[in-house]
Amino acid sequence: MIGQLDFSFLTEYWPALVRGVAWTLVMTFCSVVPGAFLGILCALARVYGSRATERVAAAYVEIIRNTPSLIQAFWLFFGLASLGVRLSPFVAAVIALSINFGAYVGEIIRAGLVATPRGQIEAADCLGLTALQRITAIELPQAIERMLPSLVGQSVLMMLSTSIMYQISAEELTGVAWYIQSFTFRSFEVYLVVAVLYIAITVFLRASLTGAGFVAFTRLRRLRIPL
Amino acid sequence: MLGLTTQQAAFILQGAGWTILLSLLGFIGGCLVGIPLTLGLTAKTAAARSLSSLFINTVQGIPLPILMFAVYFGAGATGYNPPTLIAAGLAMTIYSAVFLAEIWKGCVRAVPKTQWEAAEGLAFSRFDIWWLIILPQAVQIATPPTIGFFVQMVKNTSYAVVLAFAELTYSARAVNNTNNEPFLIFTIAGVIYFLICYPLSNLSKRLERAVAIKGRT
Repeated sequence: MIGQLDFSFLTEYWPALVRGVAWTLVMTFCSVVPGAFLGILCALARVYGSRATERVAAAYVEIIRNTPSLIQAFWLFFGLASLGVRLSPFVAAVIALSINFGAYVGEIIRAGLVATPRGQIEAADCLGLTALQRITAIELPQAIERMLPSLVGQSVLMMLSTSIMYQISAEELTGVAWYIQSFTFRSFEVYLVVAVLYIAITVFLRASLTGAGFVAFTRLRRLRIPL
Repeated sequence: MLGLTTQQAAFILQGAGWTILLSLLGFIGGCLVGIPLTLGLTAKTAAARSLSSLFINTVQGIPLPILMFAVYFGAGATGYNPPTLIAAGLAMTIYSAVFLAEIWKGCVRAVPKTQWEAAEGLAFSRFDIWWLIILPQAVQIATPPTIGFFVQMVKNTSYAVVLAFAELTYSARAVNNTNNEPFLIFTIAGVIYFLICYPLSNLSKRLERAVAIKGRT
């Protein structure tokens, strides 16, 4: 069976595959940034918010985390189209992924905020910091630092879930694979190549995000506290 | 009913049935494959450990839709065309096995080291150490995250649309294609997913709290 595998489509279609990898990375980046922002807001609302904002944030997290991202994307893409709002598939995918990612990040950062040592809060109060200063300068950076491994893992999972967005015809690597195999009929070989490309993206993303965290957060390392 | 014909409602509910069946299939398969993988990850020989973690890292770098395509067309390349349920179930088995093994590794590690040492000191055999001492404690720690992962499985069955397997997401889209009421239909599908997942998520959270309290005493 191995002898029958035919990878000759690569000579003709490699530029399309490169484009697919680029689009997947762009889609991931465009969703990670607003998603992380949304997640931080959501975590703050759940930990420090009034009863009402806490309820709203909790409902958002539970609804998103207990339904598939594909259903959320269909709801948004086909739903808005039926109202006459024509989003491009790429924009719809980015919005759906951001909303989805935000709910998971919100839970992770909330866990980080809750784990703030009491002494840190007392010290901040002694220094006369306002509540806002305490949260933005002391609690939030530490929460993010503490949860860095989970945040990196969640970002990688989010990158992998961009693959289903070709179902709303957003252009990314899986969509490119579908397109190539519909011309070449070399389905198995195409998906093997694409699987290897995704593994490479995963390794790259994990390494670069961990590296960025390593550069951005130095406190725990300076204090020799293991993550 | 809710602006759907009885046939359409029945079609969506049938999709929900296939979703549950596919989740169970992938989960049970994942448990069966995940157990030896966990043993590999916690083995004494370094080769077994690095081999299992290489496999896990590889599979965790592949999106589930690609895994489904690869299984489906890979079987096709050998000349056997599997039913989509089998192909999707097999892909879900591989996918869940690696995640479960990773979760369970943490749970085995969470059993205090002194338990191993005491058991070895009492001259239990290797099998008895696992079966009588480590497993009963690890299973208790592992139950909440395992239920939590099952929720992931239910949601991930939606990826089987790529093989045109008629689970809930696929049937919802098919109904939407005929009467074009996306908000209504995808809300119904979303609510059905939520009704399956939310009680399980809650159960997982409650059990986790119970285990944490018990561990403190």
